[in-house]
Amino acid sequence: MAEHCVKVYSRFNRLWHWSQVGSIMLLFFTGARLLGLHTIMPFGLAVMVHTVVALALLLLWAFATFWLFTTGGYKQFIPRLAGMWEVGRFYAYGVFKGEEHPYVKSYERRHNPLQAASYFALKMMLFPAIWISGLAYLSYGFWDHLDGGSFWLEIIANFHVLAAFAIASFVVIHVYLLTIGHGFRQHVRPMVSGYEKVELTPEAEAYFRQQGRLLD
Amino acid sequence: MRQTALRITAIVSTVIWAQFPAYAQESSAGEETPALGAQSKPDASKAAHMSDPVKDLTADHSKFDILKGPFASGSEVTAACLSCHTEAGNQVMHSVHWKWEYQNEVTGQTLGKAHEMNAFCGNVASNEVRCTSCHTGYGWTDVRQPMPDDPTKVDCLVCHDKSGQYTKQDNLAGEPPLEPVAEGAKTITGATATAVDLVKAALSVGPPPGRDNCGNCHFYGGGGDNVKHGDLSSALFNPARDVDVHMSPDGENFACETCHVSDKHVFEGSRYETDVVDPHPDRMAGSAHDAAACQSCHTDTPHKGPNPLIAAKLNDHTDTLACQTCHIPSFARGGVATKTVWDWSTAGKLKDGKPYHEEGFTQSDGKQLHTYMSQKGDFEWGENVTPYYAWSNGEMTYTLPEEKIDPTKVVEINKIGGNPGGEDSRIFPFKRMVGTQAYDKQRDVLLYNHVYGPGDGTALWSYFDWEKSLQAGMDYVGLEYSGDFGFVHTYMYWPITHMVAPKEDALVCESCHAQDGRMANLAGIYVPGSGINLGGKLGLAVFLLALLGVLGHGALRVISRGKNKGGHHG
Repeated sequence: MAEHCVKVYSRFNRLWHWSQVGSIMLLFFTGARLLGLHTIMPFGLAVMVHTVVALALLLLWAFATFWLFTTGGYKQFIPRLAGMWEVGRFYAYGVFKGEEHPYVKSYERRHNPLQAASYFALKMMLFPAIWISGLAYLSYGFWDHLDGGSFWLEIIANFHVLAAFAIASFVVIHVYLLTIGHGFRQHVRPMVSGYEKVELTPEAEAYFRQQGRLLD
Repeated sequence: MRQTALRITAIVSTVIWAQFPAYAQESSAGEETPALGAQSKPDASKAAHMSDPVKDLTADHSKFDILKGPFASGSEVTAACLSCHTEAGNQVMHSVHWKWEYQNEVTGQTLGKAHEMNAFCGNVASNEVRCTSCHTGYGWTDVRQPMPDDPTKVDCLVCHDKSGQYTKQDNLAGEPPLEPVAEGAKTITGATATAVDLVKAALSVGPPPGRDNCGNCHFYGGGGDNVKHGDLSSALFNPARDVDVHMSPDGENFACETCHVSDKHVFEGSRYETDVVDPHPDRMAGSAHDAAACQSCHTDTPHKGPNPLIAAKLNDHTDTLACQTCHIPSFARGGVATKTVWDWSTAGKLKDGKPYHEEGFTQSDGKQLHTYMSQKGDFEWGENVTPYYAWSNGEMTYTLPEEKIDPTKVVEINKIGGNPGGEDSRIFPFKRMVGTQAYDKQRDVLLYNHVYGPGDGTALWSYFDWEKSLQAGMDYVGLEYSGDFGFVHTYMYWPITHMVAPKEDALVCESCHAQDGRMANLAGIYVPGSGINLGGKLGLAVFLLALLGVLGHGALRVISRGKNKGGHHG
């Protein structure tokens, strides 16, 4: 087993990630305007950008979901308990002692157990919460004639905003964790270039070399 | 009815025979021959020929001999009109314009100027000749009785005069100023009265009424320019486009009747029962738009683009907001202020035994407006006034005379009907008139005040004595009065629907979607952007905790890195 520079993030994977970054940032900015946290842009423009970007992101998610299932990439995100304690202990204690990160990345499991669990929660709970409430919010015109329409709108709006802040909290922690270990730039680089140092068995190494996915 | 018809014929004939001796002689000569058709043989000598310009109307009233006078009164002109327009008088007599009475079938109330009270001069009864100066008839001197069934008392000229010089004097129960005009007499618009030329007026007539015909009364309601409505002022005689996009010569140049369509001399549009939703959702192409509602022309999905997303979002609002709410950003625009507060309780103060007035409000055109008058009390005025918004289904319920009031609270002279979110209701703009009016402290009812009546010893405007004024007012209508009066605060709501601004001046999203926006405190709506909601507060707390968490974690790492120098390989 040796560390090798393997292409772990395909072009679609990177496009998916950075599109999400861009659109989620735009959604935060325009959403904050709609909530009244700032008045940097006109309300109407914020409504429009928020709507268009949200619909575009939903489309991207639909493609990504299809891609994850057809490529088997979804397996990366299945949570597991093995190693969870070690990773948790590291962030709560070991990191202050200058210990090495206990998780060794493999090609099949890029994410440490804690990471996988939080991505799983993000994808299975927060994202559905935001887009279901968002679509309901957006389609208000179609159902507001129902009894208590404005009451439900208020519930949905509150839920939507709460989910948005939860996602924002995820982003904060996500970005912060990039600073741990090998440093921020080291962590971001693979998502730009696609290549990351991964422990490979000799067999895997031979396979990837044949595939042209090794850099060294 | 038959008797009435006979009487009308008799009056009409008398007038015609008396005024046209030559015509009468000719006809008398004709009468000698028994041939019945001869005297009524059609005379086409005045008909226009192909060499003449083609006119809009089929009858040129300036060619009618019967309209050449002379006329001793407005009523005589009406008789001449009725000699051809035999049904017109009866149509008018069935209108609110004539009866000053409105039956609200929904609330069961009998409304109209003759019955209700308002937050301005209070009541018509006992002040008739002043108030009925704007009546579309002649000589209604006692509103306790309906106008008599007399078509010659209909004032045709006030609506159909095109000479521009016909008017009504402000204290003759609807009669025009005629020779000799009394010293200091004023017209209903407050101008110095000069004698009206009835012949000139009669020869000028033509339908439909122009905006000055309507405006000379409706723009001056409440005793002066724009005093009452707030959205109906002399500014609308020739408004700039930004004052009224429909009525401006630079806009659509509409006359009042373009929207207030009429049928049988009865006009669409009512402040008692306002169309706040489209009354004809099943409208088909080519069918009549017989409602004075915006949607009659604009439909309820009026926003088209250029951005389809924004247009759709705006159309989403039409089931909650009336068009007027966004498209009339403020009223009393165009340089004419409206009265916003009227406090009667201070009326009657004298200086050195004499009435006085103060002029504390300067209108944007530099005109000074009264802020105190011994006759009327204290006033406040406003220009470009932000409306008061309320859910409304258009139904107004009035606090009528003899209705028990709660003097510890502000009395609503009219209550706005409708439910928040109701299918028949929209958020609608109103002028909320703030009043202070007399009431009976023992009986808790509003009191009739007798204000106009020079020489009768009781009228407030001449004698400045509330005791006498109120006693005279209540005696006049025959209602019980304890003699113990006080003043109660009142609100009166006037729907704002004129002075529609061009679309570029309409309210923007932020007018409402903001902290303390225009829809603040209205029930039944959720307005994004009007403040951070509970979900937002919770979310913000979560977010701040996360931020605090990583900052704390980061700080600990920095501190521990110092301790374990060299232990970190990053």
